[in-house]
Order: sequence, then structure tokens, then C-alpha cells
Amino acid sequence: MRKLSFAEAMREAMVQEMEADENVFLIGEDVGLFNGAFNVSNGMLKKFGPQRVIDTPISEAGFMGVGIGAALTGLRPIIEFQYSDFMFCAMDQIVNEAAKLRLMSGGQASVPVVLRAPQGATGRAAQHSQSVEAYFMHTPGLYVAVPATPYDAKGLMTAAMRMNDPVLIFEHKLLYGSASPGGGKAKSDKTISDIGTDVPEEQYIIPFGKASIRKSGEDVTVIATLVMLHRALAVANELEEEGISCEVIDPRTLVPLDEETILTSIKKTNRVVVVSEDVCRGGVCSELTSIITTRVFDYLDAPVVQVCADNTPIPFGPASEMSVIPQLDDIKGAILRVLKDN
Amino acid sequence: MNARKPEQVVTPLTFTGIRKPLLEKLYLRMVRAREFEEKLYYLFLTTPMPGTMHQATGQEAVAVGVASALKKNDYVTSTHRGHAHCIAKDVPLDLMMAEMFARRNGVCKGMGGSMHLCDFSRGMLGAFGIVGSGIPIATGAALSSVYRGSKQVAVSFFGDGAINEGVFHEALNMASLWKLPVVYVIENNQYALSMPNEKVSAVTDLSSRGCGYNIPGITIDGNNVTEVYRTAKKAIDRARAGEGPFLLECITYRMRGHARFEPASYRDKDEVEEWKPFDPIKRFRETAIENNKMSEGELNAIDEQVKKEIEDAVAFAESGEKVGPKDYLQFIYEPNSTAGGAE
Repeated sequence: MRKLSFAEAMREAMVQEMEADENVFLIGEDVGLFNGAFNVSNGMLKKFGPQRVIDTPISEAGFMGVGIGAALTGLRPIIEFQYSDFMFCAMDQIVNEAAKLRLMSGGQASVPVVLRAPQGATGRAAQHSQSVEAYFMHTPGLYVAVPATPYDAKGLMTAAMRMNDPVLIFEHKLLYGSASPGGGKAKSDKTISDIGTDVPEEQYIIPFGKASIRKSGEDVTVIATLVMLHRALAVANELEEEGISCEVIDPRTLVPLDEETILTSIKKTNRVVVVSEDVCRGGVCSELTSIITTRVFDYLDAPVVQVCADNTPIPFGPASEMSVIPQLDDIKGAILRVLKDN
Repeated sequence: MNARKPEQVVTPLTFTGIRKPLLEKLYLRMVRAREFEEKLYYLFLTTPMPGTMHQATGQEAVAVGVASALKKNDYVTSTHRGHAHCIAKDVPLDLMMAEMFARRNGVCKGMGGSMHLCDFSRGMLGAFGIVGSGIPIATGAALSSVYRGSKQVAVSFFGDGAINEGVFHEALNMASLWKLPVVYVIENNQYALSMPNEKVSAVTDLSSRGCGYNIPGITIDGNNVTEVYRTAKKAIDRARAGEGPFLLECITYRMRGHARFEPASYRDKDEVEEWKPFDPIKRFRETAIENNKMSEGELNAIDEQVKKEIEDAVAFAESGEKVGPKDYLQFIYEPNSTAGGAE
């Protein structure tokens, strides 16, 4: 089968759906002439023209609102945020409007928008490095997807474009595997595995709320998303050689969350490590831990161990950034700790 | 540091060139808006009504003048003070009243209440409870109209307070760049809760703010329903013809407090008295009779009709089932989402 990078798979999802549905269009900063800050929309302006690939002013709240207005009146916008950090400029439109219009209108309104946003720490300091998914998990009315592979990028994106509620797709910059038109090849992480790089040419859907067991195991369940999934797999493969069997689960979507797959695994292994790149406080790990301890506490042989970013803005200095963001050793240490603990 | 005086704003009300059916419609809609809120004011005083409301008493000519120049499938976004906009867009009074009562037969199934009234079947995309938030959304509806080639126009109503929100500027810039068919209506009731224009806006000629975005604008007497109608009609026709957005400032006066029972103690009571004679409904009646355009009997007949409509609306609301404890569950996400996305 064909190998595609994450950026190529995401682009193919958009292109194919735009070919199939004339109501789908892409709007955002530098998505047209510049091909997107991470090259995801490369060639789309040329293919679809300026009416369907719309370069906006730097007005996140404004173009988010424009997207909502278009969605309320029959269109299906894909709204690209250049960095997920910039979504905060549009918070009112996302949280107060897009998420709430269906309910406030008693079901009259649908807001079929897909928000795509690159995130994660790659040396760009505090305002271009955050992992922001938890802010949106906290807002009922939104769906949140975290594709970790090219295969998932295409399948989840295709699903998202056909759903009738707002979907947020967080894309990790280290996973794109694409050249940035503004710079060189995106810095990549040597621990990124090649899982899910085989991408079918035809359209397909990955339903929301279906986790993927990336590696089956017996001793401990490791739940991880985005880049952390790849790091967790690298550690799991290493530990396998030491006789430790990890079951690695990729939730793929955080809202809805496939609690069944996660809890079934924990009932089997009785030990769990949760890994996420966002900060710990009020974050993905906190939410997963909450669900686990309130649902399957009696099955746990050891406390849940959390591996996540320190509660700090992301510092610029590489050594500091590395210290804040979970690394292979942090994940490995956590697994060994949860196995030792009685 | 006070509101404008009526003599700085008021222009002669004339009915020239406006046919009688339209005159009747303008009056009917203004009276509906007034009486709907008056009834609610009474109900809030005397019965355990849920929630709150923001009255547009004295401002009805803005909503009615503008919306009466729209087609049924044109779009409107509104504000927390939105009853009159809905009524002007012909959202049925019974559905609105039932929503105020939090009944299942309400226009939003009792899920939205006063600040989120909407009726998509009539182009009423919503009253938005966050100040200014409807402005980019109306702009998106206008973009959608161009995209689909449907020739619909969007109107965004908002208050003088909203023009200091960032989205006002972001949206006007995009609408101008892309020549979108949208008319922005500043319903300047002279107070953003307690703040008069001068205290919060560096430029108090609010329609001049369009200059910064190459959008033409004009400031008019917002209590003059025919002037509002004529000006809005030009702006709407222009937008529909592909000539781009317009910024229309209608100066009016908020006769009541910001919200129900809010006494507005921050302003001079004399000021309210000064504005009373320029009530848009009162002016309409006087001018209609004086110019033999409508007789007192005809006007009274409309008043009676509205009274009956309001009574019927209350009866409809009272007949509705109360919202149940779990009604909301069906409205968080689309049930049985096509992509398997439902929780």
C-alpha cells in the first residue's frame, strides 16, 4: 500500500471530501497562497480556487465566527488555526457559540465545522508550543480528535467533515513529516514509528469514540496520544526485550472517549500509566485518571501513574523544554514504577 | 456626560412613498414588539417566570424598520435584547412566549430562553447573549450566501456597546475585503448597561467607524421607523446587488433599565422624560392620523389584534409541557451522528 506522511494524508482527506461535497471549504490564515504554515494545504488553492480555499486576515475570532455563520446556513467549513495557541483568540466563538448553538436553539442549529490546529512543543517557546486539547474537552458540545498516524488523520478527518457538530482536530507538529513552506523540513522525532503510514487511496471513515490497541500486552496498560503514543510504543518495545509486556492504547478521540476499551484493558492488566503532552493540572491525564479511578478502582493493583508536562508555560531553552515535556525515560520510569508498586 | 438630547437626533417622520400595507405592517410589528415585552414585564412582576429579560422599549422602530426591508429568507443575528428583532422577522409570538415560559412548545424547546431566541425557518439565526458575537456570524451567513449564489442578505443587529468588541472590527474588515452582502446595524440606545457612548467610545459618531474599513455608513434617527426603513432598504438592496456591506447607526433611547427591574439610577430621570414624547409608536400614531394615512380606528384595530395575539400566545405557552429534567440530553450533540460520533 501507499505510504503517506501525516500532512499528505490530511490533505488527501480534505481534497477528496471537497471534490465530493461542494459545500466543504477551507478557511484560515495562509492556507492558500502559502499552502499552510505546515504545508498541509499544499496545492489546494490552485485546485479549488479562492472561493473554496480562503486566505483570511489575522482575525481568529472573526474567521471562526464567519465559519459558524457559514455552517449555520448550509456550508461545511474546515477552519485552520495556524497554531493551536491562536485558538484562544477565538475562544468566545468556539466555546460560547459553536459548542452551544445546537442546545440553545433547541436542536434547530447544526454547526458542522472542523477546526484543525497544529500543536505540541518543537522549540517555539510558550506561545507556539502548547497542547490545548483539554480546554476543549471541558466544553460540552465539541468533539475532540487526536490522530497520531497518517491513517488516522485521513479517517478521522473524513469522519469529522461529515459530522454535524463542531469537531476539533489536534495535529502534532512533529508528526506532520512535511516540509514547511516557511522553513525547512519539519523537525522530526526519531522515535516516531511508522505505524499507520499505509493509507488507502479511497475515502474511509474512522468512527469517533473507537480507541486503537496499538500493542497488546499483559502487565500494564499505557494510554497515550499524539507524539506521546509514539514514545510510549518505543518504550514498550524496549521493555518487551526485558520481559515486560505493555498494552498500549491510543484513544484517537478524547471526546467521545472509548472508555470501554480502556477500562477492559485495565481490568486485565490491573496497572495503568497515562501519558500526555499537555500540562497535568486539569489536563488529559487528570481526566483519564478520574475516569479510571472512579470506574475501576477495585481492579487497580497500584495507583495510576501520570506522565505529562509540568505545570508551566513552555520555556524556550531546549534543555528546559525537554525537561518540561515527557521524554522516553519519563515514560519508562513511570511504567517501572507502576509495576513495582503494590 | 449624558445621552444625546432628542433635538440632536430626531428628524421628521414622513410616510411619503410608503404604501398603506407596509405602513400597517410597520405599525403592527412595532406594537407586537412593545406589547410582547409589556406583557412579559407584567408576568415577571406577578408570576414566577423563569430567567430574565432585556427590554427594547422605545427602540422598536430600529428592529422593525430594518427587518421590514428584508426578505423572509434573509438572515438576521440579534442580541441579548432581541425580542423585537425576532418579532420584526415574524417569529410567531406563541412560540416566543412559550420559550419565555420554558415550555417544550417554545421556539427553542425551552433550551434557550430570552437571550437565545432563534427561528431558523425564518432566517433568524439567533439572539446572541455575548455582546458582539453575532457580528462575525452574520458575516459568515453573508459569505455563505455568496458561496451558494443565493442572493440572501444578512443583517446583524447589535448595540453601541458591541462596537468596542474586537469581532466588530475583524468582521467589518473581512466583509469589506470580500464585498459581502451584510448590513451592520448599530442600535445605539445610548447606554451600554450603565455607560453612555462618550465614556466608552473614543469616537461617538459611531457610523464613522466604517471609514476605517472602507464601509459606507450613516447615522439616522432610530425612532423614525420610515427613515430607518428607507435607509435600510437602500443598504440592503445595495448589498444584494453585490456592492458590499454597510454600517447603519440608528440612534434611539433605552426607556427601561438594562435588564428587568434594573432602575438605571446612573442616569438623570429628566433625560427619560425628555425622550418620552419621541416614542416611535406614539410618533407613528400621531403622524398617521395627522396625515390621514391611517385612522385612529384602524390603528386601534391593530392594537386590539395584538392584544388578542398576546393573550393567545400566553394561552399557548401555558398549555405547553414544562421542560423536563433530562430534555437537554437530546440537544448536546446530534443524536445518532452519521459518522458514529455520538456519545
